[in-house]
Amino acid sequence: MPRSPFVPIFLGDRTRSRYLLRVTEQPRLAEQNAAVLLPEPFVKWFGEKGWSPRVHQLELLAKAQARQSVLLIAPTGAGKTLAGFLPSLTELANRPKRKPGEAHRGIHTLYISPLKALAVDIERNLGKPVEEIGLPVTIETRTGDTPSHKRQRQKLVPPDILLTTPEQLALLIASNDARRFFEDLRYVVLDELHSLVTSKRGHLLALGLARLRAFVPQLQTIGLSATVAEPDELRRWLVAQNPPKNSKNTEMAGLITVAGGAKPDISILDSRERVPWSGHSARYAIPEIYEAIKQHRTTLLFVNTRSQAELLFQELWRANEDSLPIALHHGSLDVGQRRRVEKAMADNALRAIVATSTLDLGIDWGDVDLVVHVGAPKGASRLAQRIGRANHRMDEPSKAILIPANRFEVLECRAALDANYLGAQDTPPLIKGALDVLAQHVLGVACGGPFDADLLFEEVRGAAPYAALERETFDRVIDFVATGGYALKNYERYARIRQTKEGLWRIAHPRVAQQYRLNVGTIVEMPELNIRYVRQGRGMAGRGGPVLGKIEEYFAEQLRPGDNFLFAGKVLRFEGIRENECVVSNGAGANIIVPSYAGGKFPLSTYLAEQVRGMLADSDRWKTLPEQVADWLRLQKEKSVLPKRGDLLVETFPRGNRHYMVAYPFEGRLAHQTLGMLLTRRLERAHARPLGFVATDYSLAVWALDDMAALFKAKKPSLAALFDEDMLGDDLEAWLNDSWMLKRTFRTCAVIAGLIEKRYPGQEKSGRQVTVSADLIYDVLRSHEPDHILLQATRTDASAGLLDVSRLGEMLSRVRGRIMHKHLDQISPLAVPVMLEIGKESVNGGANDTLLMEAADLVEEAMGR
Amino acid sequence: MNFSLARATLIAEADLVGIAGERAVCDRRGVLYFPDLRLLCVSDLHLEKGSSFARRGALIPPYDTGATLLRLQAVIADYQPRIVISLGDSFHDGGGAGRMHLSFRERLEALMAGRDWFWVAGNHDPDAPADLPGEMVKELAVGSLLFRHEPSKLLRVEGEIAGHLHPCARIVQRGRSVRRRCFAGDGGRMIMPAFGAYTGSLNVLDRAYLGLFNRDTLMAYMLGAERVFAISGAMLRPG
Repeated sequence: MPRSPFVPIFLGDRTRSRYLLRVTEQPRLAEQNAAVLLPEPFVKWFGEKGWSPRVHQLELLAKAQARQSVLLIAPTGAGKTLAGFLPSLTELANRPKRKPGEAHRGIHTLYISPLKALAVDIERNLGKPVEEIGLPVTIETRTGDTPSHKRQRQKLVPPDILLTTPEQLALLIASNDARRFFEDLRYVVLDELHSLVTSKRGHLLALGLARLRAFVPQLQTIGLSATVAEPDELRRWLVAQNPPKNSKNTEMAGLITVAGGAKPDISILDSRERVPWSGHSARYAIPEIYEAIKQHRTTLLFVNTRSQAELLFQELWRANEDSLPIALHHGSLDVGQRRRVEKAMADNALRAIVATSTLDLGIDWGDVDLVVHVGAPKGASRLAQRIGRANHRMDEPSKAILIPANRFEVLECRAALDANYLGAQDTPPLIKGALDVLAQHVLGVACGGPFDADLLFEEVRGAAPYAALERETFDRVIDFVATGGYALKNYERYARIRQTKEGLWRIAHPRVAQQYRLNVGTIVEMPELNIRYVRQGRGMAGRGGPVLGKIEEYFAEQLRPGDNFLFAGKVLRFEGIRENECVVSNGAGANIIVPSYAGGKFPLSTYLAEQVRGMLADSDRWKTLPEQVADWLRLQKEKSVLPKRGDLLVETFPRGNRHYMVAYPFEGRLAHQTLGMLLTRRLERAHARPLGFVATDYSLAVWALDDMAALFKAKKPSLAALFDEDMLGDDLEAWLNDSWMLKRTFRTCAVIAGLIEKRYPGQEKSGRQVTVSADLIYDVLRSHEPDHILLQATRTDASAGLLDVSRLGEMLSRVRGRIMHKHLDQISPLAVPVMLEIGKESVNGGANDTLLMEAADLVEEAMGR
Repeated sequence: MNFSLARATLIAEADLVGIAGERAVCDRRGVLYFPDLRLLCVSDLHLEKGSSFARRGALIPPYDTGATLLRLQAVIADYQPRIVISLGDSFHDGGGAGRMHLSFRERLEALMAGRDWFWVAGNHDPDAPADLPGEMVKELAVGSLLFRHEPSKLLRVEGEIAGHLHPCARIVQRGRSVRRRCFAGDGGRMIMPAFGAYTGSLNVLDRAYLGLFNRDTLMAYMLGAERVFAISGAMLRPG
């Protein structure tokens, strides 16, 4: 071979040069381009290393030098990060030296990542080539952990490249010297863009970018992203939108796509054991999982929820006869413990690690040679990303095993697997910019200096999520920021921002800016309690033990002193709750409770749902399924029917002295729960006397005292009328207003919008205090001003997130005229999984007073009254 | 005594609790009514809490005073009391009465008209509310009852009615947790729930209540949607 065929992707992997890549794309062209685009020291450096730049890196450089903003889509390990920084580095290399006495130059490049750790990693890995090439470039991070003296110094002597997070950008923008600080800014590099844009953090970032563009109109953005379904959405996101006259947005960043590396080697566990009908523990497969761990160097085990992680970890240790080093990692654990696990992992000291989505993004994990995914992967792109964890060499296939926890998950795994081979990707759809985030931003802008409402409106509309924002809504947001935006004009004298004589809005008091700085950001945690460990036998009197992590408050509240539960892989005895701490000691025993966590439950993606429906309908595809699962489907076909791909199957059957209806929409648990609530309301009105319902990711069961099949037959109502889309009107509205979910959402919106404070100076409010007041505020506001802008924002959020209303709406419209009713004498095979869930899950209704009544009756009984 | 029929049917004998020999109704809306005295007691109204927060930059909805008065209006209309005792922290801060919207002030004055109205001093409002009728007292004795804002430190009291602590209680039944505001009493002392629309609450098992109740006879009268539920202390949960 004339020269080394390898180029490093030393930055893309954020680690050592053990990741070598084969050049596959026209090396000669790359070399030619390199000569044109790369300054001499770079060419020399590449030469010394025996490397050459990759095509997409040069392509990006060319586009950037042509003053274009760019989106680079590439799989993990393709040298994305170096590509993103090449335009900055080459430009900085050519910049004349600062003469002594000359003013310090401002920031040249801003790098924004979703994770603090990622920024820190980049600093380390970008520093090396900068030093070796001999570039006069300074690189620094600025995160929540950066000490204040360093922040102050950064304001006076800014680095050339600043690595930071969306929250820090919001803070920088809100300072009164922001315009000067950013005046020399040339590039903004946005890492992991696909994961940033789908949340409210993305909205805040989009608004921040719009502000930067107002400071520096010629600013260029460079987005780095994993493969996404709709690249055009991200391309629009990266550049200013100009929506006014024609409604269609045409402004888009340039696009560079790098094809994926080697196809991963994925299999579904074809277990010798019987695959259960329902449940999520995958306990049946523990011996086979343990065997796989033994056969590999390092195994990463992914699960979908933290409770699954605790369970799996516990079960693996029970099977761990060889005492292999197996560790646990999830977001509720104490940070110190997580860091220890991460370090052990990087040092290759572990054989297996059980993890949740905390590891979805970010850092490298030593030499992982197997990824085991327990439970259904829920979304095809999530699966792709997780499998990307194993083996960062793009030219070697990653190895992964999927472990379905129940029979429906077998179907889902199969669909995910097919999707991965087809390269199909799905990410949550981008949603319209949230108004609570806009309110936060408006106040931030005012903290930075007086603003003109007309100009700010145009600027905000330049941000893709807010491109369709209406002026009337914008004005209401300003009104909200100023005085709360209430119909009762009572707070004029307490306004946070006021209009000057010239018509500019400015903050009314320096204290406003101080409070803003403490509350910036869009991440609002569920109320959580620290888990404090005390020695056994000390009970609540015990003090001073270590904190093991955090647990959601509502779980702790269900526990009785003496209850045993599983956390951090240990059995803990609940002693009690003391202020914001849950006090525990060593536990033991058989009846161990596993905490449930509200977070981390992903719905089945639309794409996968479609695939699963397709698989059900097509018996030719059953050949690829394990025999026992294929048998199950054949039996269903025989006893009942399997729906066609676009149809909705509804079965009815009697059982015991009740009547059941089971529907199979495959739209995910959230959408099914919402559907269940609404159907029960309707059945109640039709006097079917419904008693309850239960929802899974795949299906939904409702039971009633009356024969629902007879009602459908008599068209009182017909099945089509029962499933009519109009349920999303008044029924939804009425139910929503009483829903606890809305209260929870309101709390988040209120904190983000700055109505309730996250923190006061020197005093951290505990979750409980915020919750209580947010609930009370919600009640008062709802009864006195139901159209208030914050309630509007809350309803929008709840519909999109917790209730999945849009998905339910799409489903209802899709199945119109395509509902297939099958009445049976008994339960069908397909109905078994959901029927097994009955009783496991409580139906959250308005029955709280009934519980109180029971408790009161117990007292009366005992007292003989 | 001049009970109207409507008022008489409002009170069922079974719903009455005894405090130092006086009979009282723990109303589910959070007020205590003594039918024999025609006395209504309400605690911790915290009027103008919203504007109090707004002064410090948290612009929470300005409807709390209106909401609280509306509920007060409803109970007063039901019981038609001769005497009303507002048991302290009637306003969230000393300037509250002065900030009150004119329409609310008028509504409050209408409620006060024709009855004896006592403002008991609270820690939030130690002085008489500005420009409002009613008599300001530190504490008030009526028959065998003593009304004061903060419960006294004495272990055994007979007939003390206090507020200040905003009691709530929590039970777990069939694996589900229910938390409600409550009256808390042991037969000798009764602590009132907070009535204000923006008032939070503190579990009766919290340390702040240490030494106030005889644990053996402690009852929490938890506020339900239709009625009050009497729950014995042994069934209560912290948190």
